[in-house]
Amino acid sequence: MTAAAGAVDGPRTRPAEMVMAWARRNTWTIGLLGFLIALLAFTRIIQPSYGVPGIQGLASAVLPLALATVAQAIVVISGGIDLSIGSMMALTSVVAASQMEGQGEAFGIAVVVGVLLLGLVLGAVNGGLVVVTRVPDIVVTLAMSFVWAGCALLVLKTPGGDSVDWLRQLVLGSLLVPFIPKAAVVLVVIVAVIWIPLRRSRLGLSMYAIGSNQLAAFRSGVAVGRTKILAYMFTGLFAALAGLSLTASTGVGTPVPGPYTLQSVAAVVLGGVSLAGGRGGVFGPIVAVAILRLVRTDMTFLNVDTNLATVAEGIILIGVVMAGSLIEMRRRRA
Amino acid sequence: MSGTTATPARDSWRTAAAWRSLFRDRPLIPLLALLAVLVVIIALVRPGMVGPEWAGVVLRTAVPLAILAGCQTLTMLTGGIDLSVGAVASMSGFVVATLVSGPGTPAGIVVALVAAALAGLVTGIGVGVFRVHPLIMTLGMSLVVLGLANVWQLQMVQTGTGVPDELRWLGSGTFLGIIPHSLLVFLPLAAVILLALRRTGYGRMLYAIGDNPVAARLSGARAWQVVVALYVISALMAAVAGFLLAGLTNIAAVTLADSYVLPSVAAAVIGGTSIMGGRGGYGGTIVGALILTVLTSLLSALGYPEAVRQVLFGSIIVAVAAAYTRVTSES
Repeated sequence: MTAAAGAVDGPRTRPAEMVMAWARRNTWTIGLLGFLIALLAFTRIIQPSYGVPGIQGLASAVLPLALATVAQAIVVISGGIDLSIGSMMALTSVVAASQMEGQGEAFGIAVVVGVLLLGLVLGAVNGGLVVVTRVPDIVVTLAMSFVWAGCALLVLKTPGGDSVDWLRQLVLGSLLVPFIPKAAVVLVVIVAVIWIPLRRSRLGLSMYAIGSNQLAAFRSGVAVGRTKILAYMFTGLFAALAGLSLTASTGVGTPVPGPYTLQSVAAVVLGGVSLAGGRGGVFGPIVAVAILRLVRTDMTFLNVDTNLATVAEGIILIGVVMAGSLIEMRRRRA
Repeated sequence: MSGTTATPARDSWRTAAAWRSLFRDRPLIPLLALLAVLVVIIALVRPGMVGPEWAGVVLRTAVPLAILAGCQTLTMLTGGIDLSVGAVASMSGFVVATLVSGPGTPAGIVVALVAAALAGLVTGIGVGVFRVHPLIMTLGMSLVVLGLANVWQLQMVQTGTGVPDELRWLGSGTFLGIIPHSLLVFLPLAAVILLALRRTGYGRMLYAIGDNPVAARLSGARAWQVVVALYVISALMAAVAGFLLAGLTNIAAVTLADSYVLPSVAAAVIGGTSIMGGRGGYGGTIVGALILTVLTSLLSALGYPEAVRQVLFGSIIVAVAAAYTRVTSES
């Protein structure tokens, strides 16, 4: 017994092996990060003027999709999928914009808190319906995407409303040194404050557990239903954050859902989260979002038709997933 | 005394069980009842609206949706889904519209069908051979098709586009002002799908793969060939729906059918096809498409805005899907 415990504890005490083990667990994310850096260098070569403004533009352009992708990653890791993220973003965005119109800066704080609570409620409704009706996640969230989009149209018929100034300033420009865009800082802070403690908590472990094998998780005493609802609530929370970032960056609320739902599914898969659940994190998907955006920028610099950029996005998505499944098939055969 | 109380109790239990088995074995009956209820409500709130002409309009609107929902039904039976139907349908209608003034309508239709079949072939190979998740594969394929259609649009900007008269006749024309011409396409197609699913080996194979892929493989089904053929069929059906939709709306646009993708999944789900595979059929899907179309008609007759329509749409989908799950899980 003590020998076994020693064998388990042994490697943890040696930093070099710890780093190696960490690298092995996160091969995909590290590879993506390397690819992103190479892509940034490539961008710099083809467009020498690409610098601080470019990186700032990249950061503020990817913020809504990055937050939507984190939202999607959380529920996919728990073995579900949420096709209503785009609609939840539209709803939270119009609620924020319509309530902030003509109000003071301080009232904006109350609105932000209220919208985040709204996101939790929307997620709880989604998750509750999935657990209570036992209808597949994809069907429930597809249907709820109609409901939330309809609610968004009830709040605002046409794009409108306003954003308080501090919220707008939050995602614009850079912090301290020009190389650090505020939008990236906001993203890092949000993820660090919510996701990292969540992942280390008991609840986070339960989420991974029900995602990888629901029956096994149930038999080991995980409250499957409660965990699932909480996972959907965190998804709703991040969707609300994404909606707020939309309001902040555009200054208005738009009641029609953008293309965020399906793009978030694509980015999650590219980021190394298995659609079967239980595997992956949120950093890979965030890097994948940046890569997809940068590929599009590069194609503009190279004077390639932007429509071909859409084609390239599709091919990258299919190619990467195909390569992943080929590796998986090889491994299984070996 | 106890006898008299026991008998009604057992009877009500019996009827409950009978109701459940009715829902389980003949899902078409409750669906048709729901459809009838919706029609009756329309007749009550807007007297004089329900009539042959109204039915013709509903049918004409429902046909493209029913065909696209057929794509979802077939792919969902194997445990898949086809999110590329919107892009493929729009692309097909658009390609025909751009080729009218040059090579002519028949050539345009052939080109569009070949393009759709190619897209379906690639999707099928991805799903069947490389085991890519159908959601991701069809999502990626819809990006590719949409992008290529946009490139094509830029190439064709000089020649101009116009929906050909033949497609307009087929998509929006009617016999005697009532019976839509699109039924000429839809009825044979629906008959083939219904027969193929019930009577042919290929149709049963779709159920087998969706129900238990491992068992299907062990009993000799070449799953990958079935899946490749399936996605080609689905893309071809989407192309046909695209022709009818272009004719119905008289619009040729590369995003024309995008708004039909989610309703097509919804129609299949309402019709009782399980998204997990192995259960369902096309009959229910047709009724599902009719229910969604009649519901739209009802809500616009009531003067409700688009917002309320969407909320009710979503709620009904959840309610019907929950009823199905309840009924089938208690067996």
